Amino acid sequence: MSVQTSAMTSSSNPAAGAPIVVASHLCKKFQRDSFEVVALDDVSMEIAAGDFVALMGPSGSGKSTLLNMIAAIDHPSSGELRVMNENVFAFNDHQAAQWRNRHIGYIFQTFNLLPVLTAFENVELPLLLTRLNKAERREHVELALKLVGLEDRMHHLPKQLSGGQEQRVAIARALATDPTLLLADEPTGDLDSRSATEVLEILTRLNRDHGKTVVMVTHDPHAATYARTVRHLEKGQLQN
Amino acid sequence: MAIPISYNLRNLRLRWGATLMTALGVALTVAVASFILALLSGLHRAFQASGNPLNVLVMRKGLSDEVSSSISRGKFGAIKFLPGIAVNAQGQPLASGSLVVVVSLRRRGGDGRANVTLRGLGLQGLALRPGARLVAGHWPQAGRRQIAVGVAAARQFQKTQLGGQLHFGKGDWRVVGEFQDHGSAFESEIWAPRDEMAADFGRPDFSSVLLRAVSPAAASALVRDIESDRRLKLHALTETAYYAQQTSSGAPIAFIGGVIAFIMAIGACFAAMNTMYAAVAYRAREIATLRILGFPRPSILLSFVLESVVLTLFGGVLGIAALLPWNGLTTGTLNSTTFSEMVFQLRFTPHVLADALIFALVLGLIGGLAPAWHASRENILTALRG
Ligand SMILES: Nc1ncnc2c1ncn2[C@@H]1O[C@H](COP(=O)(O)OP(=O)(O)OP(=O)(O)O)[C@@H](O)[C@H]1O
Ligand SMILES: [Mg+2]
Repeated sequence: MSVQTSAMTSSSNPAAGAPIVVASHLCKKFQRDSFEVVALDDVSMEIAAGDFVALMGPSGSGKSTLLNMIAAIDHPSSGELRVMNENVFAFNDHQAAQWRNRHIGYIFQTFNLLPVLTAFENVELPLLLTRLNKAERREHVELALKLVGLEDRMHHLPKQLSGGQEQRVAIARALATDPTLLLADEPTGDLDSRSATEVLEILTRLNRDHGKTVVMVTHDPHAATYARTVRHLEKGQLQN
Repeated sequence: MAIPISYNLRNLRLRWGATLMTALGVALTVAVASFILALLSGLHRAFQASGNPLNVLVMRKGLSDEVSSSISRGKFGAIKFLPGIAVNAQGQPLASGSLVVVVSLRRRGGDGRANVTLRGLGLQGLALRPGARLVAGHWPQAGRRQIAVGVAAARQFQKTQLGGQLHFGKGDWRVVGEFQDHGSAFESEIWAPRDEMAADFGRPDFSSVLLRAVSPAAASALVRDIESDRRLKLHALTETAYYAQQTSSGAPIAFIGGVIAFIMAIGACFAAMNTMYAAVAYRAREIATLRILGFPRPSILLSFVLESVVLTLFGGVLGIAALLPWNGLTTGTLNSTTFSEMVFQLRFTPHVLADALIFALVLGLIGGLAPAWHASRENILTALRG
């Protein structure tokens, strides 16, 4: 890749190998009608900085629940979780939002671009919460869109893009603030195989060339082959 | 920095059907409210322009309007030489008795009759009302059956053009002049020579007496002297104070209009609220996405409140735009104390327009707050699943 990427390879990325996520005895129970659903059952795990983890498991095994806890969106019933040495469950709402904006890039299965905003504006959104001025924001947005190969689609609305392109814009949005950790919940779930391959290659490159730690939830065994580490969840329990 | 306003504007445009319907509801409400404000503003001006602070109006004690009052010529003689009254070049006190009666005339356009105030003026009557200026013809001459018509009355009634003949009292009266008076209530009156009128209506007494004081201090002294003289049994007040009291004849309009506007405002608030609730429900996933991107709850709240306010302000602008062509429109109302037709103009002053926009803004704030609050409190995970 010939693109200048200095702005994207942040010096704040922790040393490769050091644990960036440390979960101990995470439990999550939901009360549904009269019976209890156990989404996470005593999950303890570490994710090393610089790793690319595929989180696999059947539907309902608790993959999204775990991912959302790492993103400080969800809270456990019990257990502890440190992400980048922060006790994320201690955050209040505002702190969690601020922390996510700085350190987490979140990628959805359904892309979740705002339909009335152009690709450029969608990618710029998280930057509006930073101190960057307009020119700096533009620089970041253009760089992020170049990284996903969509610099020529900057002013298109989501509905003018294909699903694969939408997901690449969503990845650019997740990248814009140069976060340490990229969390993706079935990022290829809604894509055809060619678009899926493109997305997986981008994630691989971000991990390999830019030092991003990637945690990707997936059903697809082929997608999992792109990861360095594969973990399985089964009925809320982490398999060895 | 907040969620960009273009996000809200484009969503309003995207759901243009709902946006337009809501905005039209707000427009109607704002139009009614500002119509009432304009009406009151015109009424206020009509009465405020009437009256000179140096003029002291004297009526019979216990009466608050000229039509039912009466003052004998004897009493007039007793008050016209009180200290503090200005004199003219001939050394005569500036004091004049008016005879005020209400007559019924045919309205223009043929839709029935309406009452008009007919004022008989003595020799000093015009000198005491320097604001009145002829726009056509000449002033009626003493000893003749001549009348001058105020411009507002001329617009309202038939046969009031120069040379026209009006029938009241014991016969016909010829229109010889038309006058204006800075938009005051006098413009709704017809003026005639007092002694001719007194003979026609069999009313030798005066309805009221107008005195010109030498200074504002002398005016208040005159008011005090006349009010405190038990034998006179007269009521005095400055002309300005009198017309300020008359403005209260707008109170019933203001009250009924206020009630209507209030009910409509509640309706418009609910319309805005309903539209915004729909928008919030429709965009639940977008809201959750914004929160995950790091926008805190207050940003979401602010964004949706702003959207609601933009929506109702748009309605407000539509409402004002629909009303502006009516600016200056002349309308009439019944003066509730004299039961004669008061004519005045609708006045959409900048003040009225600003009030209308503030009103629209408040509708948006109130209507948008609950949906925006709901949006900001929504659970991210539930919204993402839904
Ligand atoms: N808010 C909730 N209320 C009740 N049950 C819930 C809730 N959220 C998750 N669950 C349950 O917790 C379990 C784990 O859910 P989760 O979404 O983490 O699974 P998943 O592995 O991501 O599944 P999928 O592959 O279908 O996305 C499921 O049984 C789910 O039904
Ligand atoms: Mg899931």
